[in-house]
Amino acid sequence: MSSPTAVAVVLWTGATIYAVFGGADFGAGLWSLLAGRGDRARRPRELIDWAIGPVWEANHVWLIFVIVVLWTGFSSAFEAIFSTLFIPLSLAALGIVLRGSGFAFQHTARRPSGRALAVAFFGVASVLTPFFMGTVIGAIAGGRVPVGNAAGDPVTSWLNPLSLVIGALFVATCAYLAAVFLVSDARRARAPDLEQYFVNRALVSAIVTGALAAAGLVVLRNDARFVFDGLKGDALPLVILSVVCGGAVLVLLRRNARRGARVLAAGAVACVIWAWGVAQHPYLLPQKLTIAAAAAPSATLKSLLIVFGVAVLVVLPALGLLFTLVQRNLVRETAAPTAHDKPHPDTLRG
Amino acid sequence: MLATTLQAARSQMAFTLGFHIILASLGVALPALMLIANYRGLRHQDADALRLAQRWSKAVAVTFAVGAVTGTVLSFEFGLLWPAFTGRFGGVFGVLFAIEGICFFLEAIFIAIYIFGWKRLSPWAHFWTGVPVVITGLGGAFSVVAVNSWMNQPQGFSPTTGKVTSVEPWKVIFNPAVPYEVPHMILAAYLVTGFLVASIYAVGMLRGRRDRIHRLGLLIPLTVACIATPIQFAVGDTAARAIAKDQPIKFAGMECVQKTSTDVTEYIYGRCTSSGVKGGIGIPGFDSFLVGWSTSTKVIGLDSVPPDDRPPDNTMLHWAFDTMVGICTVLILLALWLGIGWWRKKDFPQSRWFLRATAVSGVASIVALECGWIVTEVGRQPWIVYNVMRTSDAVTKASGIWVTFGLIVGLYVALGVTLVVALRAMSRRWRSEDFPDEPGPYAPEASPPPDLAAGARG
Repeated sequence: MSSPTAVAVVLWTGATIYAVFGGADFGAGLWSLLAGRGDRARRPRELIDWAIGPVWEANHVWLIFVIVVLWTGFSSAFEAIFSTLFIPLSLAALGIVLRGSGFAFQHTARRPSGRALAVAFFGVASVLTPFFMGTVIGAIAGGRVPVGNAAGDPVTSWLNPLSLVIGALFVATCAYLAAVFLVSDARRARAPDLEQYFVNRALVSAIVTGALAAAGLVVLRNDARFVFDGLKGDALPLVILSVVCGGAVLVLLRRNARRGARVLAAGAVACVIWAWGVAQHPYLLPQKLTIAAAAAPSATLKSLLIVFGVAVLVVLPALGLLFTLVQRNLVRETAAPTAHDKPHPDTLRG
Repeated sequence: MLATTLQAARSQMAFTLGFHIILASLGVALPALMLIANYRGLRHQDADALRLAQRWSKAVAVTFAVGAVTGTVLSFEFGLLWPAFTGRFGGVFGVLFAIEGICFFLEAIFIAIYIFGWKRLSPWAHFWTGVPVVITGLGGAFSVVAVNSWMNQPQGFSPTTGKVTSVEPWKVIFNPAVPYEVPHMILAAYLVTGFLVASIYAVGMLRGRRDRIHRLGLLIPLTVACIATPIQFAVGDTAARAIAKDQPIKFAGMECVQKTSTDVTEYIYGRCTSSGVKGGIGIPGFDSFLVGWSTSTKVIGLDSVPPDDRPPDNTMLHWAFDTMVGICTVLILLALWLGIGWWRKKDFPQSRWFLRATAVSGVASIVALECGWIVTEVGRQPWIVYNVMRTSDAVTKASGIWVTFGLIVGLYVALGVTLVVALRAMSRRWRSEDFPDEPGPYAPEASPPPDLAAGARG
């Protein structure tokens, strides 16, 4: 594999992880928003709060990772995307600020009105951010992002049927991922009613996502023939695998066999992302800029790959430590719920 | 039109960076204060110190979460505001941000582990999980400031015009400005955080809360800041001399030196005009002396380059520099006051004037921090990459930046106010109750809320 392709693989890996974990978090924000008001909404929202918990920040880092790899490895593509798509990317960034603020303060706000405001910001931003990111991907796939500083149309590049469908598809996918993840969380929390609540939502959002994906293919066929042909060609196995995974999730949910549903749902999303990458290979910006042409000088690509290697060696064990501690604690506390309230004998609890 | 886009982009960048730099400083240095308190608590069986460490860990989490948001905005702005800069040089400086990304990720993970570990890990194991937070904070600061240093002293790439085709990463990472810019910023982070935290407890003591928590909460950060301040003065002095050599026009702007000559007068404040400094206090020959230890040292003036290559807002630049140096000087006096008091009575001075001075030091050090940032950024203008790329060539050709700038200002003001309100509310709760476990970002909620399962049964 050439080093530009290797860096592109790193980029896509980051995008996949962000889509799966970040997507689930965005979706959770959407369900929190849709839960409604009052007593009816309280329990689903509590589950969502608990499920998002402390790992949110870790997921958010993947977005920065993708941005940094893009500008370091493929600077001219970064320039083209961020200047032509100034409007949707600004709106996505705005959504991230709102969401992040909601996250930072919804636990510290004690007054109900303050909390409600934080929850509302969090929910609305959770819908807007993936939507505008989807329109960005639609603009790229549709070949509407020419090389250069704001060389493309600032509005029609992302305000067109393909972008809108993909934006909607992103929101639906987030909702779907989150619902499937929340089914498992509800089971962990031993709340069968919430389990059913999210099974229903997972099924509905799966159908909506499938329908939007089909619509996307139709628009793609008319609008972005190169990518469409790629999906029919080299990327076809991945497309089929995605459909199979998605279908299997539905079957598992219907049969109440939830083991494996999370992994399969994540797999379905990952397959779509990689299918897109394969379909537009060797282009980074379809028919405008190839991976090789956009690639940074080789010393930069090598350093980037080394840094990525170090990251895998250092970050994964640290992340593993965090999750192990959380899980071990979970096991202990599920066995003895009262342990939660007992301080460690040697440590003061403020 | 382009001029206004440039102004808008520079305003937005200045505003978002000026906001982020405060949170970033807290993110670098507050974990160190937290660990010092933690160490003291464990080593000397000091319950109050442990309590402080736990409170500060909550503040670390909240400020880090907000800092992560403002940092993400900055990463977007590399493309939204300066696409031509990142498009041309992203492959040169980008690796440093990749390193910063690792540090940031690790910092987030270990903050989560540390906060999680308060009642779940053995005390010393818990202490050690905090150490990586401090180290990754330093690593992140190094990477980001190294990029800024590279913008001031670009090297390690070729050709210098047009598309970059070859990069030497080590030369980029260890560029000539790194040895003074990086320590200067890291010390600034410790100085600002130390004085800021100390000032909060000083205000509490002025309001009559003289308990041991307040005394310790004042003494730990103030000691750190007072050690950092004189070192910072020496590092800053070295940096200024290095700038006089490496970026003479920036230095000329900082000191309002119009004509290249020897025996240059050092002006404290005053208005910069093309015919010299109006007003201000002049010390003849002192500027030359500061640059080369002799009044006969030649100082390069603004007239050595065409007007288009000179930094704008000369008076503001000069005032920012003088204010930074002035505040640092006054803070050294505060450090001396503390040192003498400690030497004589083994305690910090108990007078209200000392507490008042400490109470002001937090805001003063933030002003100094912002002034320093103005000096390095405005002083580099009109270049985004010194002598290689003009800021006006780096800016986006997209329109609508005044709109995003307006939105960002509104949003950040709300964010800043909320952050302060949230931190104050936390502090009130800490005082009012013997406070129970408090939720916050990164706080573990590994066990589901009890009524989730209970509701299912009902």
